[in-house]
Amino acid sequence: MSLQPFFINMLKFILPLVLFVVLAVFLALGLNLNPHDIPSPFINKPAPVFSAPKLTAPTEKLSTDDLKGKVWLFNVWASWCVSCRAEHPVLNQLAKQQAAVIVGLNYKDEPDAAKNWLDTLGNPYTVSIMDQDGRIGIDWGVYGVPETFVIDKKGIIRYKHTGPVTVDDVQKIFLPLIATLQAENP
Amino acid sequence: MKPLLIVLLLLLSPLANAVDAYQFSNPEQQAAYNSLVTELRCLVCQNQPIGDSNAELAADLRRQVYEMLQQGKSKADIQQFMTDRYGDFVLYNPPFKAKTGLLWLGPVAFLVVGLLTVFLFVRRKKTLAPVTENTEKLAAVRRLLTEKDTENLS
Repeated sequence: MSLQPFFINMLKFILPLVLFVVLAVFLALGLNLNPHDIPSPFINKPAPVFSAPKLTAPTEKLSTDDLKGKVWLFNVWASWCVSCRAEHPVLNQLAKQQAAVIVGLNYKDEPDAAKNWLDTLGNPYTVSIMDQDGRIGIDWGVYGVPETFVIDKKGIIRYKHTGPVTVDDVQKIFLPLIATLQAENP
Repeated sequence: MKPLLIVLLLLLSPLANAVDAYQFSNPEQQAAYNSLVTELRCLVCQNQPIGDSNAELAADLRRQVYEMLQQGKSKADIQQFMTDRYGDFVLYNPPFKAKTGLLWLGPVAFLVVGLLTVFLFVRRKKTLAPVTENTEKLAAVRRLLTEKDTENLS
């Protein structure tokens, strides 16, 4: 028996096996990807500018210029958002450490409901601004609440987190990142 | 009569979905709006275009599209505005570039591999198998025939 047909026969068994393994790997990867983790086109781009009324003092406005030279977090939240409730204690904890300014974007919310939320659950925000018609949200590419951006001293977005921030995220991602950004020159 | 009416109204309800009372000054704007809302993906319910979705974000994005058209912005301007904020993901018809190469060329590659396999398979069947079988059998038949002939003659 010559060797060639032997190898061809072997190939007949091995080839489908290899194809199956390749397919299985792709399927496994696909199953483990979160389709809601959409890469933000904003990373390392200047933060979109806004000038919006403050939640607690609607006659006063906060603009992105006021935050120049500071490392700040921009957290999108709403009193109607269920996962924000899960995230809230984590933000309260983070605020206590005073690592960075935390600006809240009160997204498509009733001001009274929002203020009530902060009164009962605590207020981790240095300041919250109102976005009742969702326009600032669109400008920042927000598609789900909560979302959290980290902005450096030059006003560049350095990180975006979709979904509730966990204690683990704070320890492993946010605090180390904030520390490096605080060390940068404005 | 009443149940029939309810059934009819329920049948009509899909048509009532996501219809905003936007007024357009000219048919071109209306056409641009209609095509944009079917080409932009709703990021909340990801398998629906913003024109089909009842999500609040989809309604906001439709308003954004409408307002930009009213300001005289072109279709390309609006697509750019959306991709600047949401990435290529927001487009149902993403542009061809390095990052989306696999998406565009993958199916073509599969087609080529498939055609090649079929071509090789068919060619091998046609040329190899029948010829060897026939020549062997033919030789056997010839041998038998000639053997018989010589036997009879002797």
